[in-house]
Amino acid sequence: MGPFLSAALLPLNDPGHYFHWHFLEISAANAIVIASMVVVFVLALVLPFPGRRRRKENQ
Amino acid sequence: MSKKAFRPDVDAPEWKGGHTPYDIIKEGTIAVVVIGLLTVLLAVVFGSPDVPAITIKSWSNHAPVDFATTALSELNGTSLTAAYGAPYNIQPASANQNLGPLKLDYWVGVHIPINTVTDFVVDPLKALPNQPVLHKSLAKWSGASASTRAAWVASYTKAAGKMKFENGQVIVNATNAGPVPLMINDLTMMARSGALDQALITGDSFYSTDYTQSLLFISDGSYLADVAGKQHLQGNQWGVMNETGSYPGSAWLWLYTFWYQISPFSTSSNADILVLATMIILTAGLTLMPFIPGLRSIPRRSRVYRLIWREHYRSQK
Amino acid sequence: MSTSEIDRQWTTRLRRRGFGKLPPEKMLPDTQPSYVASWIYVFGVATISALIVVIATGCVLAIFGPQWWHVSNIGHFVNSLHLWSVEIFFFSMVVHLWGKYFMAAWRGGRAMTWITGMVLFLMSVVTALTGYVSQTNFDSQWISTQAKDAINSTGGGAFFNLLNPGQMLMWHIVLMPLVLVLLVGAHVVMVRIKGVVPPFEENVGADQ
Repeated sequence: MGPFLSAALLPLNDPGHYFHWHFLEISAANAIVIASMVVVFVLALVLPFPGRRRRKENQ
Repeated sequence: MSKKAFRPDVDAPEWKGGHTPYDIIKEGTIAVVVIGLLTVLLAVVFGSPDVPAITIKSWSNHAPVDFATTALSELNGTSLTAAYGAPYNIQPASANQNLGPLKLDYWVGVHIPINTVTDFVVDPLKALPNQPVLHKSLAKWSGASASTRAAWVASYTKAAGKMKFENGQVIVNATNAGPVPLMINDLTMMARSGALDQALITGDSFYSTDYTQSLLFISDGSYLADVAGKQHLQGNQWGVMNETGSYPGSAWLWLYTFWYQISPFSTSSNADILVLATMIILTAGLTLMPFIPGLRSIPRRSRVYRLIWREHYRSQK
Repeated sequence: MSTSEIDRQWTTRLRRRGFGKLPPEKMLPDTQPSYVASWIYVFGVATISALIVVIATGCVLAIFGPQWWHVSNIGHFVNSLHLWSVEIFFFSMVVHLWGKYFMAAWRGGRAMTWITGMVLFLMSVVTALTGYVSQTNFDSQWISTQAKDAINSTGGGAFFNLLNPGQMLMWHIVLMPLVLVLLVGAHVVMVRIKGVVPPFEENVGADQ
């Protein structure tokens, strides 16, 4: 179990990168999280959902 | 009796269409497995942060002048804690935060009493054993009038701008400062030994889980804030959202911390209660969305729903 | 015992009311309306799944106590699981909120489902705060000494002391999970009772 659990593969302990724009400031990590949420939301809306034929049969 | 008009943003049509087979237990099981695996993957790859806590010992050894200066501010009543007001001590109502006529913290009053002179300086020093010179000085302090003590502290404060720390001693060239130089120096030595960390743990019990005094003392100094600043955790760095290192923080607090960055909040002494009041109003608005005309129409007017239910609308045609 | 006496019993009345509103085939359905056909619908169950992982990892942390993860590699790994499941929890919950907003999912008598959902979001933020200040590391020191000003400004700091890790830990592992689980239960039961909100009807008048 030792090496697997003793340290992360890519530990994020070094100081982060921050984006600045006027008074706005956001960490790279938070920006990635928020951007991912928007991407996932859009994908959830546009990606086709499996089982279309089955639903057509049950209309 | 006339039929009530159908309100498309409030009412929902009755579904008279078809149904499809749905395995709710299977869906739930798959979801838990997928989320569990994703969690394991993220934990294995990135781990989690654990920056060790600062102790008064580490603070006073790394930054002894900052510590001694903070100890002086506890004695002369200028520290954040000494001048805080409710719930720690009694100050004029203006020292607390007001929301118009509402002085909520002042009205609730002092429930966690802290006297920084006795709790942070005098009592911890009294607890040190076998210190005849110190205890004589403390007796001199206790026996003096309030005005005499104030004069001693003021003399020391005047000279403290040129404070130095050399050979393990706090050096301040103050005159007529009474026992204050010795008290500040000995408190610094006590801090550097680690004994002050223990002495400040709140309560007289052997077991205590309450670190109010230690945390207030540490946060009165600059050291904690300096370490936080290097990690982009300070308020004006949007620190509320951030985490140590490069880890994601509490991104969901973006709007809460946004207000602190702009006027009038950024320059107000009532910033906290003002921001909270603003967030309470906005949150109430979002919570009561079903009852707010206009805002509750945005989903229908924006037509994003046409993406969600596109198969349904196609089949209706 | 007469039938009318049995009918008046609290047990009888509660059972009839409960199963009347939520019979087993509604609680655990085997069909769903055919309009439920979008990936956006998975984020509710994803949020609950993440909460299950949060609670499970929290239980493991509780078994060994609040200092374990500082001194044990396995403990640190469990802490990592706890952190990332919380991130996934909030991620899923907010995407779920966005989806439900654009569906106007409060329609058709579902306002309380929306409201319990919003309250759940707020209670989750409070739970996260009590968790952050229970880490017993630098993060806890900084967050507690900063956030205390906001809590104090409301007068609440006299009773809810962020600088008392004992109190904060008990809120985090006892009180808040209880609140969250009860609210999630109520939220899910409401969805099962009312069903998933139907689509907007097209070609309807502008009246709100």
